[in-house]
Amino acid sequence: MPDVPTAPKARKFRGQVFIDWDRCKGCGFCVDFCPPKVLAFSTDYNSHGYHPPFLANEEGCTGCDLCGLYCPDFAIFGVRVPVGGEEPELASAKP
Amino acid sequence: MLTGAHFLDGDQAACEGALAAGANFAAGYPITPSTEIVERFAVRVPTVGGIFLQMEDELASSMAVVGATWGGAKAFTVTSGPGFSLMMEHVGYAAMTETPLVLVNVQRGGPSTGLPTLPGQGDMMQARWGSHGDYEIIALCPNSPQECFDQMIEAFNLTEEYRTPVLVMMDECVGHMTEKVVIPPAEEIKVLPRRYTTLPPSEYQPFRPGPDGIPEMVKAGDGYRIHVTGLTHDEQGYPAMDWRAQHKLVSRLVRKIRDHADRIARCEEDGLEDADVVVVAYGITSRVAQRAIQMARAEGLRVGLLRPVVVWPFPERRVRELAQRVHAFVVVEMNYGQMVYEVERCAGDQARTLLVPHGGGSVHEPEEILKAIREAME
Amino acid sequence: MSPLPTINPVEPFLRAERMPHIWCPGCGIGTTVNCFARALVASKLPLDKVAVVSGIGCTGRVAGYVHLDSFHTTHGRAIPFATGLKLARPDLTVVVYSGDGDLIAIGGNHFIHAARRNVDIKVICVNNFTYGMTGGQVAPTTPVGATATTTPYGCFERPFNLPFLAESSGAVYVARWTAFHVRHIAHSMVEAFQKKGFSFIEILSPCPTLYQRRNKMGDGLDTMHFYKQHSVIKNGANTRDVDINLQGEIIVGKFVDNERPTLQQSMEQQLRQTLRDRYAGWGGV
Repeated sequence: MPDVPTAPKARKFRGQVFIDWDRCKGCGFCVDFCPPKVLAFSTDYNSHGYHPPFLANEEGCTGCDLCGLYCPDFAIFGVRVPVGGEEPELASAKP
Repeated sequence: MLTGAHFLDGDQAACEGALAAGANFAAGYPITPSTEIVERFAVRVPTVGGIFLQMEDELASSMAVVGATWGGAKAFTVTSGPGFSLMMEHVGYAAMTETPLVLVNVQRGGPSTGLPTLPGQGDMMQARWGSHGDYEIIALCPNSPQECFDQMIEAFNLTEEYRTPVLVMMDECVGHMTEKVVIPPAEEIKVLPRRYTTLPPSEYQPFRPGPDGIPEMVKAGDGYRIHVTGLTHDEQGYPAMDWRAQHKLVSRLVRKIRDHADRIARCEEDGLEDADVVVVAYGITSRVAQRAIQMARAEGLRVGLLRPVVVWPFPERRVRELAQRVHAFVVVEMNYGQMVYEVERCAGDQARTLLVPHGGGSVHEPEEILKAIREAME
Repeated sequence: MSPLPTINPVEPFLRAERMPHIWCPGCGIGTTVNCFARALVASKLPLDKVAVVSGIGCTGRVAGYVHLDSFHTTHGRAIPFATGLKLARPDLTVVVYSGDGDLIAIGGNHFIHAARRNVDIKVICVNNFTYGMTGGQVAPTTPVGATATTTPYGCFERPFNLPFLAESSGAVYVARWTAFHVRHIAHSMVEAFQKKGFSFIEILSPCPTLYQRRNKMGDGLDTMHFYKQHSVIKNGANTRDVDINLQGEIIVGKFVDNERPTLQQSMEQQLRQTLRDRYAGWGGV
């Protein structure tokens, strides 16, 4: 029955990213090293004249917090929000 | 703890003084003629509770004691000549960070390697000005093993009270001279505690001065999450790179000593009541000068001794007072003229100032001093 | 369900009033601080008992930005300060966080002696191959051929291989990562926090302003891609074989994880054995 679409794999988490717009210095680490390529440079400038990232593909975010680990300016981080409704967690804090 | 009368040399007595003051941490690097102090400390301190560590150099020694102090230890280091030069950066760091710290310099002949086993008094200005920038320290100058003991306790008390480095400027003669030293029972020894804050972390600022210009302290691990830096800093301890912060901080570091200079400075006087000439001498040289004064008195010359015991801050007020009524000062020191500049500055036009210099390596002959006294009488 | 954490997880570890920091765009030092913060969370250390000691330089400024007891010392002397602090206070976790010039050039003597003694401190060395704060001078880590303001025609001195230096001096834990390897860095930091003894983590990091630009290696992001492409993870590699060349392969990984009594353990054992009942013991101030 090849015509029947398989149900998408249920995700236990969705990701959420927070960006501190004015702290960003536009290095691009988060943009390039985000595994699902969620981020892109915005065309707008922040108050220091840099182009911070924006969520170009929000749905793709897994909340892995690699952006938070990479960001040298402490301007971005990600969390995993359980779809089931438990507490959000910081994936990168697990040893 | 050791008590009672003992036959000790100055180095050993200095070690006992540190222990009596509650020192529980020392770091040092071997250098003649100071090493005996920490050698004895290394023997003694494990039996009373504390640490001695021989470090890889004087830079490390002088910084290890600063680190230990911020951990809550009462710490000191000892050195001589070349090592004193190497420690200068951390005298400045301790002054800037207001770290209580006692540093002993058993002076030998210099410059450079100089005379490792023979005395000198050539580091007196280095003690005052040796680190870069503007700051104030306190320096003591013992002239006997008993004073080596007593002044180590005083040095620890002064550094706790004023939070600036206190230097004990011994010399090789005093360090290696053996005499009776009386160590009082512990309960008779006055030991000042560290000025720890009673404020909670939310209200505390590590470099906010009290009414006397001196901030209260905390130690690492107390939950205050302090920041300490050698950079110019604000009262929170954070770097502040502007002239206002610089003026505010450095003027306070200077004023907290200068405003209390009359309380800190201390002299011993002998025979000044009727004196026409005042011999100014410190350390071992003061004891040679005593002999010369006896000889002069026997000739009927009215001469007395002024011995700065706390040499920095310089006993400025006392010298100015004496200058009003004496003919001259004869400054005797084992160098080619250092403290004499201070005496000259304070005497001004009121009294003559003569120097009896000595290059170090031995002590003055009393006759040289007597000759200068006679000359000063003219 | 509790509200989402809307502050950056690194934030509780920062002195927020001191942000923004002085580090250039594309510098990797801040990246290592994220790893440090995550490692502190993961290791569950009581934060009031963690002290950070830095020397002078760009990485030396870490002490001024972390919300812990933090000491910004003199150039090269973070390790002696940390040695004194740790001996006085064995209850503290003492972390030395500084740069290659500070720790290995002016502070090199203290580095080898602290490793030899096995002082129980964690040394994090951010190696950017240059002196950033003073404007890009040659360092004892600068690869042969790289230019610096003081080697304008190219560096002609062989650099130190830091993991080899650390291991041969006696370090019990030695790892090297680049700023690209964020999860590995955090993991190594957790391991180092749990380790008793002199632990050393070298982190190669871009200095786009003064090293990469001068050497036509692009910006910070280009450098991170270079690290990604040229790094080879070889855990347990012989540290003799992990030299760094200007453009070659970079061997990263955990190289050393040994057990050896710490300075304090050795000291106590020796004193107790010799002095017996006369030894007063030392539990710290």
